[in-house]
Amino acid sequence: MSLGYFWSILFLSLHAMVPITLTAAGEVVGERAGLFNIGLEGILLLSAFTGALGAEAGGWMLGLLVGLGTGAVVGLFFGLINAYWKGDQLITGVGINLFALGFVAFGLQALGTPGFHGVPRAVQVPNIPTPVGGLSPIVFLALIMPFVIHWFLSRTRAGLWVRAVGENPEAADVAGVPVELVRLLATTFGAALAGLAGAYMSISWMGSVTKEMAAGRGFIALATVVFSGLRPILTLVGGFIFGFFDSLATWIANIPGVKEAVPWQFVSMIPYIVTLLVVTGVIGRVRFPKALGVPYRRE
Amino acid sequence: MKGLYGTLRAVAESVLAAFIGFVVAGAILKAWGYSPISAYVALFEASFKDLYGFAGALANATPLILTALTFAVAARAGLFNIGAEGQMYLGALAAVSASLFRLPPVLHLLVAITFAAAAGILWSLVPSVLRATRGVSEVISTIMFNWISRYLAFWFVANVLVDPHRAEKTITALPTSRFPTLIPGTDLSYAIFLAVAVAFVVYFLLWHTVTGYEMRAAGANPDAARYGGVRSARVIVLVFLLGGITAGLAGATQSLGRPPTYAVYSGLPQISNLGFDGIGVAMIGRNHPLGIIAAAIFYGGLQSGARVMQLFAGIPLEMVRVVQGVIVLALALPELLRIFRILWRRKVKIGGER
Repeated sequence: MSLGYFWSILFLSLHAMVPITLTAAGEVVGERAGLFNIGLEGILLLSAFTGALGAEAGGWMLGLLVGLGTGAVVGLFFGLINAYWKGDQLITGVGINLFALGFVAFGLQALGTPGFHGVPRAVQVPNIPTPVGGLSPIVFLALIMPFVIHWFLSRTRAGLWVRAVGENPEAADVAGVPVELVRLLATTFGAALAGLAGAYMSISWMGSVTKEMAAGRGFIALATVVFSGLRPILTLVGGFIFGFFDSLATWIANIPGVKEAVPWQFVSMIPYIVTLLVVTGVIGRVRFPKALGVPYRRE
Repeated sequence: MKGLYGTLRAVAESVLAAFIGFVVAGAILKAWGYSPISAYVALFEASFKDLYGFAGALANATPLILTALTFAVAARAGLFNIGAEGQMYLGALAAVSASLFRLPPVLHLLVAITFAAAAGILWSLVPSVLRATRGVSEVISTIMFNWISRYLAFWFVANVLVDPHRAEKTITALPTSRFPTLIPGTDLSYAIFLAVAVAFVVYFLLWHTVTGYEMRAAGANPDAARYGGVRSARVIVLVFLLGGITAGLAGATQSLGRPPTYAVYSGLPQISNLGFDGIGVAMIGRNHPLGIIAAAIFYGGLQSGARVMQLFAGIPLEMVRVVQGVIVLALALPELLRIFRILWRRKVKIGGER
């Protein structure tokens, strides 16, 4: 295998890693605070759509901001329902996913481009030119963000609060931590990162919006959170594994010899099978916050 | 008395949630420049005004009842099984595969739906065992299985069951293995009876058998159930397998009971998302088999109404999934009714002062 292959697979993997790592690193913050958001899939899809609209209206920076904002708004809503109104977190997540599926399909059709909407090259995030191909600047953001989140969770007072409300909300409450507010902000932050990841998918990585573009990545991000044991830096490793197999699938499918021997449908299954295997392998060793998924009611 | 009150409350919550769903979706329609009122009139007139429209609603409800049962049975046992989608794909294909050989009429249909149920069981087996033995979250495993199943189904359609004359679809199910059409000229077939019968069987199983009691006990209070001698691993696997059967049958109703196609097309256009819609239907039906029948007819009506709405008002039919998403979000709130009662009282008070 030549060096060219190595670089091309590495670049493909890094680009495929971004949505998983950003979403998973954000979800780590939310889960540390005690909220489990299975609506990430829907957030990715929604903000991929709104991000594309934003970019077409005012350039890629606006697009990324709109994606981030879409995620934040959905996260705020998720937080209100679950941190304040003690709703059912799983059902809220399913509601978000169904809503997103309907809204984006509706939006694509209302734009007159049912099923597929291309984002013009001019409003896509400009890639950083390197000798071996273009690299999206968001890749660097995804590489840095887990470290920032690690620092935040372990070194700041706010980070301590986040961990406290997820581990022992009663004690945190007694100590004067506003449990609901911390949970709301933590999950909103996580959803905003998922929103950014969604916008990245449509206006930087793929350059288009389809109603199936999230392709389970929100759930793969949840699996990555499990894999990481809620340690943000490990979302880089998890994200890269999935990014690698995701791009391996694309890559294998285009090799002349393999293309005929292995049907593309089986190649496309690889990332999902790997996710299952990885989660099954690590599951017994992960310790989740005690109050994860449990609404906090003051006695 | 308490049971009756509980039922009324559950129904009222669903109706209220549906109302919220329509209001929010109406706002989105308005923002996009459509007229929500005329859209909704078209939507409901199409399905609930005459027999043909209603037959369409029932035809759409058929698979939804079955996929909703998959979710509901698990939810009653405290599990979150969102794998109906993938199990249904394989059920649809397994049902068609029975047409690779010939059998006498009724028997052929029975064999075909048995295949479908078996495919559903097979596909729910691994997530259930992973959950029961290793504690792998079924939320993640079933979604991964859905995607694997999707690609597997693509492969089956393109290679194994492919129609030798038309590459974009599977072989056509033989007439002997089809559900007969109930009302000629409509999509409605005898499959609706299968769906309703399965709902009643599930109802009986959950509320009138020991196993059903164990399932519900495991959902209501897992710790107490374990002390009471309920073997949770067994319950988890049973719940998944039961769900696999209903999801597999849902697939069969689409490939054997949906005129005029009687085949599965590449890209799975007629069956995609019926599993996910079933989750919403289960929630609107409050995870109760009888509630699910009503909710499925309601949602099935919206689906066929939406097609008319798209045709005549140009409004994308995916709008109904937006409605459904908002309804589910509203139902996530445990105190939905109470919140509204407080608002209502305030309003009444202000009215009284005037």
